[in-house]
Amino acid sequence: MGIIKALKVGFDYFKYDDDGNIQETQRAVDDVSVDIQEGEFVAILGHNGSGKSTFAKHINALLLPTEGTVWIDKMDTLKEPELWKIRQKAGMVFQNPDNQIIGTVVEEDVGFGPENMGVPTEDIWKRVEESLSKTGMTAYRHHSPNKLSGGQKQRVAIAGVMAMRPRCIVLDEPTAMLDPNGRKEVLDAVHQLNRQEKVTVVLITHYMEEVIQADHVYVMDEGHVVMEGTPREIFSQVETLKKYRLDVPQVTLLAHELKKSGVDLPDGILTTEELVNALCQ
Amino acid sequence: MIRDITIGQYYPADSPLHKLDPRTKLMGTLIFIISVFLFHTIPGYAVATLFLAALIKISKVPVKFIFKGLKAIFMILLITMLFNVFLTPGEVIWKLGFLKMTKEGISLAVRMAIRLIYLVIGSSLMTLTTTPNQLTDGLERSLRPLNRLHVPVYEISMMMSIALRFIPILLEETDKIMKAQIARGADFENGNLIQKVKSMVPLLVPLFISAFRRANDLAMAMEARCYHGGEHRTQMKPLCYQKRDYVTYLILAAYLAVAITFRVVGI
Amino acid sequence: MSIELKNVTYTYSPGTAYEIHALKDINLNIPDGQFIGVIGHTGSGKSTLIQHLNALIRPTSGTILYNGEDVWAEKYDRRSLRSQVGLVFQYPEHQLFESDVLSDVCFGPMNQGMSREEAEKEAKKALLQVGFKEKNFSKSPFELSGGQKKRVAIAGVLAMNPKILILDEPTAGLDPKGRDEILDQIAELHKVRGITIILVSHSMEDVAKYVERLIVVNHGEIAFDDTPRKVFAHYQELETMGLAAPQITYIMHALKEKGLDVDPDATTVEEAAKDILRTLKETGSPLLKGGHNDD
Repeated sequence: MGIIKALKVGFDYFKYDDDGNIQETQRAVDDVSVDIQEGEFVAILGHNGSGKSTFAKHINALLLPTEGTVWIDKMDTLKEPELWKIRQKAGMVFQNPDNQIIGTVVEEDVGFGPENMGVPTEDIWKRVEESLSKTGMTAYRHHSPNKLSGGQKQRVAIAGVMAMRPRCIVLDEPTAMLDPNGRKEVLDAVHQLNRQEKVTVVLITHYMEEVIQADHVYVMDEGHVVMEGTPREIFSQVETLKKYRLDVPQVTLLAHELKKSGVDLPDGILTTEELVNALCQ
Repeated sequence: MIRDITIGQYYPADSPLHKLDPRTKLMGTLIFIISVFLFHTIPGYAVATLFLAALIKISKVPVKFIFKGLKAIFMILLITMLFNVFLTPGEVIWKLGFLKMTKEGISLAVRMAIRLIYLVIGSSLMTLTTTPNQLTDGLERSLRPLNRLHVPVYEISMMMSIALRFIPILLEETDKIMKAQIARGADFENGNLIQKVKSMVPLLVPLFISAFRRANDLAMAMEARCYHGGEHRTQMKPLCYQKRDYVTYLILAAYLAVAITFRVVGI
Repeated sequence: MSIELKNVTYTYSPGTAYEIHALKDINLNIPDGQFIGVIGHTGSGKSTLIQHLNALIRPTSGTILYNGEDVWAEKYDRRSLRSQVGLVFQYPEHQLFESDVLSDVCFGPMNQGMSREEAEKEAKKALLQVGFKEKNFSKSPFELSGGQKKRVAIAGVLAMNPKILILDEPTAGLDPKGRDEILDQIAELHKVRGITIILVSHSMEDVAKYVERLIVVNHGEIAFDDTPRKVFAHYQELETMGLAAPQITYIMHALKEKGLDVDPDATTVEEAAKDILRTLKETGSPLLKGGHNDD
C-alpha cells in the first residue's frame, strides 16, 4: 500500500432546502481508486468541475468519502478520531494565495502549523528556518505577505506546509491565479522539494505544461478517473484529451498535426528537443 | 483615499519600539491616551508632544507614514471641530445668522482636535510597530483573567488577528470593485443621499460575497494546517518580559505621574 | 474614431505605494477596428495603461484624445466615454451583483439612461453574442461556472455598445476548452460588431493566434508595437523582460539552427505545421511516407 491510497471513493454534495432536508445530491467524485507511492510526483488533470479538487480534499481529510475508503500512511480517514494527525502527514496548498496565509509576517505564518500541532517553541523556530530556506523565502521572513508577488505568496504557503514535516503535499491548482513567471517559480520549488526532500507531491492542475515532468498522471472527468499513465502515454492521445476539455502542449500538438499529415514521428512527443531531434535525424 | 488608513497596518523595521512586548505597548498606549485627556494646558500638550515625538523618532517609522493615517479621520475631525466652535455657549466673537462662534468654543475645539489627533497617532504608532499577531497575543494575555468568566478570549483574539490581516486586502478589493462598476457607468459621487445609498449596492454585494468566500477558504486552509482550537497549541513567539520592558514601565509610570501632577497643580 | 495617447506619464504619488507602477512618456494611437494584444509581466504598467484608455486613471502629464477631444478637458463627459470604451476587468466576481443574470447585464445600459425595456434588449443581444444561453438568463450569476461568469461580465460591458472593448486577462483561471471558447467568442465579436478589441494576456500562444497588432509594455514604456510575428522575432529581448515567445517560435528557431529551412517567424501551430511540411517535401525527407498524400 502506497502513502496515499483511495479505493472506490465516492463523494456527494448535498443541497438543502429551507427546512434542512436534502433536496438534491450531486455526485462530485465517483468510484475513484488511486495508489500513490512514497516519493512520487503525481499530477491530476481535469477541466473545471471535473471533481479533481473535491478528490484532492479527501487526501487531507478536509472531506470524508460518502463511499469507499481513503488511507493516508495506512490511516483510514473515516476511522481516525484526530483528523489533524492525517492533515499533518498530508499538507495542502490551495489556489488563492491570499486566502490561505494566516500570519501577517511571513515567518509567523510559516510557524502557524507547528503551533497548532503543539510543537515546542524552540523546535518551531528550527522548522521555520528550515522550511524558509527550502523554499528560498528566507530573505522575506520579516515581510508582510501582502507585499509579496503571487508566486512568492504561494512559496510561503508551501513553506507553511513543509514546517509541519508532512510526508506528502497536495497542491490544488496552486498556479491558477499566477502569471507565467510566478507559475514557474512555484513549480520549480515543488520539484525541488520532491527531488531533494523526497516529499510525495500530488499536483492538481489544468495546465498541461506542468505535468510533463510528473511520474504519473491521472485525468478526471465528471468525477471519474478516465485516463491514467505516464505523461507520454497521456499526451499521445490528443483527441481523447480534447474530448475531456483539455489540451496538449503546443509542441505535442504540432507533432500530432504533422503526423496526421503523414510525417513519420513517434507518439507522445513532449519537448521541443524531442521534436527537433525527430525531424532532423 | 481608502488606501490612507494606516491603523492596522504593520510597518516592518528594527527599532526598540518594535522589540517591546506587546503588553507593554498596549499599556503604554492606554497611559498615553489617559495623559492626553489629563493634560489641558499648553505646557501639558507640550509634554505630550515631546513624548510622542520621541516615540516616533525611536520607532523608525517615517513621519509621513504616520500622518497619512490622519487623512482618514479628517472629516470626523472637521465636523467635531465645527460643532464645538459654533455650538458651545460663551463669549461671542463672530456671528452669522444663528451660528455663533465663541471663545470657549474655539478653545474646546482646539483641545478636542489635539486629543483626537494624538489618540489616532498614538494608536497608529502601536499598530505600526506591532504585528497584528503580537498585538492579539498581547491582548489575549492581558485579558486572560476573563477566561474564567467564560469569555472565549483566545477565539476573540484569533478573529481580531485575522480581521487585521484582511483589512488591507479588502480595501484593495473595494478599490477594484469600484473601478469595475465605474467602467459600467456607475456613479459613486453625484446624486442625493438616497441615490448615493442605492449606488453602494453594486459595490457592497460583490464585496460581501468575496469576504464570505475568503472566510470560507481561510477556514479550510486553517483546518488543513491542523488548527483545532486553542487547546494544546504552542506559540512560536511566546510573550516574555525583557529588561527593556521593565525600563519602559518605569518611564511610563513617570510620564503618568507628570500628567497627574500637571492636572492636580492645574498647569 | 480613435484613441490617441500623447506623452502620457503616470506616477503613483511617492510615499503612498510600495510598488510603483508608472508610465513614462507613452505615445500610442489606436485606430478603429483593430484586434490588439497587450503583453507585459506583472507590474510592467500594462494595467495602468489600459485604465488610462477609459479615463479611470488621470495621467500625471500628457493628453489622451478620444476622437480628437481631450478626455480630461473640464466639461468632457467621461461617463459617456466609459460606455464607448468598455473595460472588462479580470475577475467577474468584482462586478456581478444582481440576483439574476439579465438584470446584472442591464446595469450598464441603464446607467447610460436607457429604460428597463431598452436595456433588456441590449442585454439579451450582448448575452447571446457572448454565447450565453437564453435559458440561463434568470439564473443567479453567483451559481454559474467560471467560464459562464466571465461571459456575463463581458456581456455587462458589451451591452453598453462600446466602440472599443478592452479585456483584462479574460481567460485567467479557465480550463483549456473554456479558454478557447471565450477567445473564439471574442474574435467573433470583433468580426460581427466590427469593434476594436484590446486583449491583455499572459499567454503568448493566445495573442499569437488571435491578434493582428501586439503591444509589449515593459517598465512603463512601450517596448514593441508591431505584428505578433515581428514582435516574437525578438524573443531573446522578450525574455529579458520576463516574457517569452510561444513555444512554436522556439521550435522553429531550433529547427532552423539544425539546418532545416523553415520560417523562424511562424508563431502558431497551423503556420508551423504547414511550413515544416513544405520544407520536408522540398527536401524529400524520408519521414514523409510515400509523399502521395498531397493536400
